[in-house]
Amino acid sequence: MPYDLAALAMLCLPFLASVVVLMVRGRQWATWLMIATAAACLLLAVGIYPAMDGGHALRHVVHWVPSLGLDLVLRVDGFSWLFLMLICGIGLLVGVYARYYMPPDDPLNRFCALLLAFMGSMLGIVMSGNVIQLVFFWELTSIFSFLLIGYWNQGASAREGARMALIVTAGGGLCLFAGMMLLGHIAGSYDLDVILAAGEQVRADALYTPMLVLVLLGALTKSAQFPFHFWLPQAMSAPTPVSAFLHSATMVKAGVFLLLRFWPVLSGTDAWFWLVGGAGLLTLLLGATAAVFQQDLKAVLAYSTISHLGLITMLIGLGSTLGAVAAIFHIVNHATFKASLFMAAGAVDHETGTRDLRRLGGLRHVMPITATLAVIASAAMAGVPLLNGFLSKEMFFAVALTTHRGPAVDMAAAAIAVLASAFSVVYSLRFALGVFFGPARDDYPRQPHEPPRWMRLPIGLLALACVLVGMLPARVIGPPLRAAAYSVLGEATPAFSLAVWHGLTPPLLMSAIALVAGCVVYVVLRGYFAGCETLPLLGRFSGRRIFEWMLTLLTATLPAALEGLFPSRRLQPQLLLIVLAASLAAGMAMWGSSLPLSLHGSGVDPAFALLWLLGGACAIGAATQAKFHRLAALLLTGGAGLVSCISFVWLSAPDLAATQLLVEVVTAIVILLGLRWLPKRISGMAPDSRRARLRRRRDMVIAAGVGLGLATLAYAAMLHPVADSISHFFLERAYTEGGGHNVVNVILVDFRGFDTLGEISVLAIVALTVFALLRRFRPAIESVDAPAQQRLQAAFEASDNGTASVVADYLRIPGLIVQLMAPVIVLFGLHLFLRGHDLPGGGFAAGITVSVALVLLYMARGARWVEVRLRVAPLRWIGAGLLLAVSTGLGSLAFGYPFLTSHSRHAYIPLLGELPLATAMLFDLGVFFVVVGATSLMLVALAHQSLRRPRVLGEPVVDAEGDR
Amino acid sequence: MEAVLALAIGVLAASGVWLLLRPRTFQVIIGLTLISYAVNLFIFCIGGLRTGADPVLRSGADITQYADPLPQALVLTAIVISFATTALFLVVLLASRGLTGNDHVDGKDGTP
Repeated sequence: MPYDLAALAMLCLPFLASVVVLMVRGRQWATWLMIATAAACLLLAVGIYPAMDGGHALRHVVHWVPSLGLDLVLRVDGFSWLFLMLICGIGLLVGVYARYYMPPDDPLNRFCALLLAFMGSMLGIVMSGNVIQLVFFWELTSIFSFLLIGYWNQGASAREGARMALIVTAGGGLCLFAGMMLLGHIAGSYDLDVILAAGEQVRADALYTPMLVLVLLGALTKSAQFPFHFWLPQAMSAPTPVSAFLHSATMVKAGVFLLLRFWPVLSGTDAWFWLVGGAGLLTLLLGATAAVFQQDLKAVLAYSTISHLGLITMLIGLGSTLGAVAAIFHIVNHATFKASLFMAAGAVDHETGTRDLRRLGGLRHVMPITATLAVIASAAMAGVPLLNGFLSKEMFFAVALTTHRGPAVDMAAAAIAVLASAFSVVYSLRFALGVFFGPARDDYPRQPHEPPRWMRLPIGLLALACVLVGMLPARVIGPPLRAAAYSVLGEATPAFSLAVWHGLTPPLLMSAIALVAGCVVYVVLRGYFAGCETLPLLGRFSGRRIFEWMLTLLTATLPAALEGLFPSRRLQPQLLLIVLAASLAAGMAMWGSSLPLSLHGSGVDPAFALLWLLGGACAIGAATQAKFHRLAALLLTGGAGLVSCISFVWLSAPDLAATQLLVEVVTAIVILLGLRWLPKRISGMAPDSRRARLRRRRDMVIAAGVGLGLATLAYAAMLHPVADSISHFFLERAYTEGGGHNVVNVILVDFRGFDTLGEISVLAIVALTVFALLRRFRPAIESVDAPAQQRLQAAFEASDNGTASVVADYLRIPGLIVQLMAPVIVLFGLHLFLRGHDLPGGGFAAGITVSVALVLLYMARGARWVEVRLRVAPLRWIGAGLLLAVSTGLGSLAFGYPFLTSHSRHAYIPLLGELPLATAMLFDLGVFFVVVGATSLMLVALAHQSLRRPRVLGEPVVDAEGDR
Repeated sequence: MEAVLALAIGVLAASGVWLLLRPRTFQVIIGLTLISYAVNLFIFCIGGLRTGADPVLRSGADITQYADPLPQALVLTAIVISFATTALFLVVLLASRGLTGNDHVDGKDGTP
């Protein structure tokens, strides 16, 4: 159990710390917190090692959605433990290094937070015991690496490199997601242990190949394997500590981690051998060759990383168990020497101000310690005996000699292995000799010194690790390596010997050839390499260019072509298309079905028919009047709305009728307030063109078709016998569980409370949008003046020496009435609210009623009058309402019930009598607040438009509303 | 009853769609309002029509006697949301009027 907790803590700690780091002030705190977190994780990782004893895997399950088989499963075995150590250990060293490397004027909070979050995501990947969880953390690493690579986001190359890395790796992650879904489907579970045990079944499945391709797309993009290798050199625009972390122990290793993790399940087939082995081999060769021709220190390291990852991938792809062991071993070795090399390159850059190999040289005179450490690390990279790189490379040669695919493949693999190793010797020499040896130079942009001690320490520790592993392999790395290999390979783990001297074996001979050939090539072609800008021949086919071309194709060329396919960017034709498409879809759905169009519905009530005769006339009237007589159209629309209110009452839905009636009122007011700003349109000003008449006729046909179709559909739906719906459930439980008699209200605030929460959020957002849009709105000049009637009256009064005072007393009596009525209306709103749970009413209706009172005051008395006397803060109402609704919902969590569970009780309150008091009522109160706030915010914002002055060119904008 | 309501829905929808296809913003907003009436009634009537049914629970009554609460709850939500859309559209309309100087839906006068 303590081990479980330690694992859980290790996963949570970096994320928590990354949030905290954002809040602390200053570079000191941020970096110390980062270093402390990494150190704590490292200690925890060391501490859980005993749990892995005897090939056991640590497993901790946190149930999340058990019904869907989704749990948070932490699983640590020997293999993941090795990775935990790498991630935490190198993370710690990078943290220490970054503290001294990063420019002193950078507060580093963001940097530390991102680095920690990235570290947490990596830990998440290696500790995942559920494949979906693994994909989740996988994508998190893509996102955080994007942010880290683009950390210096003022530079275009950083942004582009980050974007490319994100697109390639996150795209691969999506493929991986699909692949994992397939894998889970084949194995019957998303649990890693179940999948690992189902190897035979998976390989025999018909979906094996597509699944394998998808999973490989994920792994190979992440590990920068050919043909996806191009993102890695671009990512070198990241700060060097980030490169040291991402490209040695973490990000790129996630891909090979995945391949090894699923090695028992996926490997052993021809497809695996050719795809993985082939990609690895090509990458190994390409990376090694390209690295030789680079001039930028970090680019040399980037391409060498690609080539070493290719080596690991190839080892995994060959399919032999010894290959897997060698791959794990080389992962560790590569992480140690590559991290130290990146840090050394960073130190050189930091001290001299340049990373160009042609401008560097002779640095051993000024920074001897760094030079020694870097030379050790690059010797490890070259595979010099007595260093760790030599051991894993020898294993690699041994594996390459026996691919079990026939002598031709063996020969080719061995030859390519030697060739690539020779190249790695060449670039290691270029790095070590080119930078630190040769004559001392004094033309650096900065005067170089030995870097600070704390910057050298991480490099030194890693170099020390290289030496220790190289000299005492069995003692230092033996047990954990064996545990890691055992947890991947199980009983099939081969016997392997970790010794410096195996006698005169073919692999030793191959090592010797590679070393000698590398040295010879370096000495002979040194001048030639220095003169090259890029890789000869192949440099023209850069993956980067192809990527950019495809990106342009996908984001610019294709969309433009697609847009061209559609007839218009204008709204009108688009609306036409939408209407036609919707009618077509509905028509197709109705086509085959036999609609019960018999006339045996319930009898027609003549009054109801008459009512709708009126309603229909109103609707058609509104349609004809909307162009030239807007007010009439608005009133007629209101008529149609009123008729539908009456229908609701008629058809036993008083709640709907009440709400619709109130909404009707507010909608009418809102539109009335807007009417004033529209341009005048006078009938008969311009004769209709022939085209316009044709258009109208066409639209008339479409409208008639839609109307007829909808009428038929509605008729059929009404006569269709209703199947047993969920309504019975609501009716039965409304009182017993919701504590209310008004079932509709109980549904809204209790059973479907979550929907209502969404709905009031929409309302709040709309209100805020309206408010925001209107703040920038400036009316057209011609509609700024007071209406013509008012102007005429004012002119008349002015000429009449003030005997008449119509303008001043405008709406005086209605104003007085409204002023007296307003409290009554508010009271009525409260009444609607209180009775809502048992009788028609509720938060919506009540909220709208209260805002109607407010708006009537605005209309009758004017905005200024109201605002002097009444302080309305709609934003606070909205905020309070949302808070209340959410906290009521959250309150149930405190009692162990799901979100928004309500509790109800009828209580007796003096004077008021027995009242239904459900927590749902508090929720409804939240709804009420939001509706009041949102509605009045919109109405007030609209009403305020009349108070604004027009914008005159050259004058500053005067906002009569002020910045409230 | 069913036939009357079906025809009513048809007429509301037809008027609404016709207005929706008109070029002036005000016509479109009225059209949307009419369409929302039609759609609300349509959703409401899916559950079948009941006249004189009890909307509120009484003690001791059979649950088959009540009006169907589900479409009502759905429509209640729809009413509020359509109010919000109308308000939003109105403001967009005003903003576009201020920006383009006319009330054509595409901001360009001249087309009918």
